[in-house]
Amino acid sequence: MILDFPKEKVERIRARYSDAIESVETENTDAPIFFVKKERVLEFFKSIRTEEGLEYNFLSDLTAYDDNPPTASIVDYGLGFVAPESPGLGRFVMVYQLFSLHSMERIRVKVRVGDGEETPSVTPIWKAANWLEREVFDMYGIKFSGHPNLRRILLDDRWVGHPQRKDYPIKRYQRFEGSATIESLGMELDK
Amino acid sequence: MITKTDVNSKKQNQFEDEVEEGADLFENSQMLINIGPQHPATHGTLRMACRLNGETVVDSVCEIGYLHRAMEKLGEVKTYHKFIPYTDRLNYCSALQNNVAYVTTVEKLLGIEIPDRNIWIRTMVSEIARIIDHLICVGINAFDLGAMTFFLYGFHQREQAYTLIEQLCGSRLTTTYTRVGGLSGDLPDGFIPRLKEWLVELEATLKEMDKLLTTNRIWVDRTKGVGIMSADDALSYSMTGPCLRASNVNVDLRRDRPYLAYKSLEFDVPVAKGCDVYDRYLVRMREMHESVRILRQIAEKMPSGPIWADDKRVRIPEKERVHNSMESLIHHFKFFMEGFDVPPGEAYCPMEGPNGEVGFYIISKGGPKAYRMRIRAPSFFMFQPAPDMVRGQPIADVIAVIGSVNIIAGELDR
Repeated sequence: MILDFPKEKVERIRARYSDAIESVETENTDAPIFFVKKERVLEFFKSIRTEEGLEYNFLSDLTAYDDNPPTASIVDYGLGFVAPESPGLGRFVMVYQLFSLHSMERIRVKVRVGDGEETPSVTPIWKAANWLEREVFDMYGIKFSGHPNLRRILLDDRWVGHPQRKDYPIKRYQRFEGSATIESLGMELDK
Repeated sequence: MITKTDVNSKKQNQFEDEVEEGADLFENSQMLINIGPQHPATHGTLRMACRLNGETVVDSVCEIGYLHRAMEKLGEVKTYHKFIPYTDRLNYCSALQNNVAYVTTVEKLLGIEIPDRNIWIRTMVSEIARIIDHLICVGINAFDLGAMTFFLYGFHQREQAYTLIEQLCGSRLTTTYTRVGGLSGDLPDGFIPRLKEWLVELEATLKEMDKLLTTNRIWVDRTKGVGIMSADDALSYSMTGPCLRASNVNVDLRRDRPYLAYKSLEFDVPVAKGCDVYDRYLVRMREMHESVRILRQIAEKMPSGPIWADDKRVRIPEKERVHNSMESLIHHFKFFMEGFDVPPGEAYCPMEGPNGEVGFYIISKGGPKAYRMRIRAPSFFMFQPAPDMVRGQPIADVIAVIGSVNIIAGELDR
């Protein structure tokens, strides 16, 4: 696969944000991947959004994947679904697809997040991140610090487990009696 | 908000001493209205709960997930080929566009070059999909506000388009037309002349639709200044496509990051400044005219040649040979049962779909199945700002706003 991005710009970003960037990948990808330290990520986004000549200001997509799933066999305690011990740091990878409305180029920013760890929410920068982070929480169980309304979005609030994790089996149905109430949407009936 | 001053101007308020000057008389009598998930005006399984003061929306909240079918999880357990039919069920109004976006991403991972004729056919079906989607969107939007004739005019042309698509791939809505490295079939005989005939009809209908609604007093009054979404907010909410262009942001991936055959086609990108429901309608109407223009050019320039890439990994064996030779039968069996290996890597190939940026982010770690299949669906980004767009407006305008951003539940919930 050919990298669809100017090489010198990759070097420029690497040099400019050398303290925030852990590593850069340009092989086997269509856009350059920057692994950014979790604690520097908000600062990095705020800066690269307005930096002259870069201006990656549009959050095209935000997602995650289970990069390092537990290898031990799945343990089921009957009622719910309990995953075995995680292999330690960096189980999940957050993916931010950034797009520049000036140069029309794309970069991909990744942040490693361990199982049970929190990562900063980017909702102060992009409003779109609100639902996207809720989806990531719903599917992977990654928690976002500073998120205004972190609860499940696609699945029912009564759901047990996080289905997009690799150790969640494809056919584990969960059925619920009755539908979600209006209170669970965050609206009270009598106001 | 009705305040004491308003009431006083009409008649003497008998509770004069009890209510403060300027206080909201209906503050404690707000009403909660639930719209959906089964409501004729949501056109899909969406739910909105609105808190009303009189008939003004004070606050609202959206709930989604009623059509969640775990598409992304399925993408991780199906082979690359078996996932193509699932892409039809995302935005079912423009299934062809999803087919094209998906296979292009897989081809990028494989590093396959696609022959010219294939590229032009894919461009053509993307534009047909755009017209169908826009006809549905403006039609339904007008229908919800009472303009039934307009809707039926559009629907007739949409049926004609589906007849064309049926000749192309055998089914009307769930097309599954593309294959990795090729297409399910070449254009049937006489397809281009029939396409041209349809374009003539469509253009006449579009003009009639334009006359019916664009300057219609009732329509303009119902839609101008309704559902305002400023350019900054639209960008912050990652809105794309016609809704972003109606908010005066001039971005179109077909022009700004050309893919398929768009580099050799001439078209304009309509942009409007109103940021409201009316301008979203205008942008969509003008985009259909541009699509007609693009399709005319494609009909003239359609190259001849093969439609399949010259790559043994993805080439589906010819049916003729499968039925007559043992080796081809085994090849066919292994191809569909085991799938083909995709080298490790990751790709995200967004395209300008009818609704906005539609793309598949695929991570491969080798093997015949994707490690991660992320679907970037525009509707998800369009529904999120809905509470912002309807705040402070009458409840009737909620329907106009939901219709104007064209939320398709299939891709909203995936």
